[in-house]
Amino acid sequence: MTAQLAVFFVLAALAVIGAVSLILQKHPIHSALSLIVVMIALAGLYLLLGAEFVAAVQIIVYGGAIMVLFVFVIMLLNAGVEEHTSISKMAGAPGLLLVVALAGFVAATIARSTEGIQATSQTGELASTLGISNMLFKDFVYPFELTSFLILVAVLGATVLAQREKS
Amino acid sequence: MNSFLNTNAELIITLVKIVLLLFIVLTVNAYLTWFERKVVAHIQSRWGPHRVGPHGLLQPLADGLKFLFKEDPTPAGVDKFVYYLAPLLALALALTSIALIPFGPDPIRLFGHDIYLGITPPDLNIGILGLFAVTALGVYGVALAGWSSNSKYPLLGGLRSSAQMISYELALTMSVVGVLLLAGSFNLKKIIEAQAHHPEWGLFGWNVWPQILGFFCFFIAAVAETNRAPFDLPEAESELVAGFHTEYSSFKFAMFFIAEYTSMITVSCLCSILFFGGWLSPFPATWTFTHYLPPAILIPFGLWVVWDGIRYETLFGRIILPGVGTILTALGALFVLLPSVNEFIQAPFWLLSKIFVFLFVYVWVRGTLPRFRYDQLMAFGWKLLLPLSIVNVILTSFAILAKMQWWGAR
Amino acid sequence: MVPTNYYVILSAILFGLGVFAFIFKRNIITIFMSIELMLNAVNLAFVAFSQALGKLDGQVFVLFVIVVAAAEAAVGLGIIILIARNRQTLNVERVDLLKL
Repeated sequence: MTAQLAVFFVLAALAVIGAVSLILQKHPIHSALSLIVVMIALAGLYLLLGAEFVAAVQIIVYGGAIMVLFVFVIMLLNAGVEEHTSISKMAGAPGLLLVVALAGFVAATIARSTEGIQATSQTGELASTLGISNMLFKDFVYPFELTSFLILVAVLGATVLAQREKS
Repeated sequence: MNSFLNTNAELIITLVKIVLLLFIVLTVNAYLTWFERKVVAHIQSRWGPHRVGPHGLLQPLADGLKFLFKEDPTPAGVDKFVYYLAPLLALALALTSIALIPFGPDPIRLFGHDIYLGITPPDLNIGILGLFAVTALGVYGVALAGWSSNSKYPLLGGLRSSAQMISYELALTMSVVGVLLLAGSFNLKKIIEAQAHHPEWGLFGWNVWPQILGFFCFFIAAVAETNRAPFDLPEAESELVAGFHTEYSSFKFAMFFIAEYTSMITVSCLCSILFFGGWLSPFPATWTFTHYLPPAILIPFGLWVVWDGIRYETLFGRIILPGVGTILTALGALFVLLPSVNEFIQAPFWLLSKIFVFLFVYVWVRGTLPRFRYDQLMAFGWKLLLPLSIVNVILTSFAILAKMQWWGAR
Repeated sequence: MVPTNYYVILSAILFGLGVFAFIFKRNIITIFMSIELMLNAVNLAFVAFSQALGKLDGQVFVLFVIVVAAAEAAVGLGIIILIARNRQTLNVERVDLLKL
């Protein structure tokens, strides 16, 4: 087993353990911490795939900003241990079966059909950041400008939603 | 045995470097606390620690022993996992950021293997972005510590502190973009090499001259990011008891402490690498006689320590200080006698002296300026620093474009 | 060299776990976090295929997904704060005023 395969399995196990822990934990803050573990494991996998810029952006934006927002909201709203009603307990067993069926179906389809795709070369040859910024500002400049508009709308929306009642 | 060492050479070298760097960083932290107490005391016209060991040099040792023997109660009702995780996270992240910094460009050639100064090789393609990633995760240590303590003051202190860290993180990242535009890469080694384009200019080729606005934004944002004075309202003793680390005592508090000083060291390293030429000498490269500056500083300093130690009041001081002085003098003499060693230590010597200067500026600012109020702090970060750093990016881009148009390619 | 299949199968497993968390959990914030988990699983598939085909389009799309997820998280958490303020609960089954 090469070193790369070993590192892949370690990171993949970490990601799956984090996701399972997200489901099994009772307090939302522990679920948030598990999700952060998943994101760091995924950043490690991106590094293994040679996508260094995406890995850094994943940690800075997802792990360092979005998840901090989640943790803040959990702290501010004083979210407690969640209770399970009878409906959710009923949905547990068939839900699990259906999800296993979904994931198994997707995985089996992939395993059978993508045997032909071999990784051609490490994309790290053309420096990842240079290549991405070239594409972002030349081929994808229109979606890029649209996302800036989207962020502006989101900032305005969040500000309006979180205002105190004027009464 | 020999073949095992040869095949796993990289791994073994890295492990040894990690252990060595850990020891060095922790010792530097301890003596940084001594340095801070002495300098702040002298600014305030008093002496600082001067009883425990000669010139108070064993004070960090006494503090460390105190931390080890102090009682370590866990308050009732805390979330145990998060309570123990928070200081661990803060310390681990702070120490990881030191691992990403290169301390010298050339490797030492030992037994046929290249040993670079610094844990990661200096040619890391996402050097500075990786450092920002580690800094971004540092918010969690503070936020989780405040929340898990199950008490009002730590919760408020933790929330305020993490909000402050997130706000200044934006200004921090934007103020570096100017430097990245000038260097054209995230690679720390290339950033330093871009400042050596005109080696005959010496210190006038450094990034601080074209990027003076960026430097001020970066330094102020970094001081706020590391929760140091004058931005330390969330952890000030007179304001919120002690902020987010109220309920932590003894070793867990020491972990927060070490994390704060280590991030101070990281910021000083970054300031010197990004804006002040890293390991480049401030003198023009043609003045090769300046290569004798390190021994020219070490030998007189060693002799002064010996002279001061001989006349010291306690017997212990009269033994230790001359010993330290002779070691320093011998080191300086060694550099004079072996020119190849002298050439090698030029780069780390300049980087370490610049780091030392920045640490002094940190402590100087702490002893001089009063604290910001929290709303003043947030207004300063969002309304002044962030627009200033964006203006810096715009001005830098226009300047580079103008240079490309009128003076040919860069 | 790790085969691309492995990455995509891992992505499918994470996506399935995200769907299960979405169905099973009752706290609004945890449900929202499972959406983020699903988005991350899809990102992994994108980057894996970007490496397999040798083009950088996948990574550019991952950047867009991250940006959209950030915008969605901001607005979604604003809505969650409003729900918590108005209904004094974070249990999604108690937000049922429109039910028959």
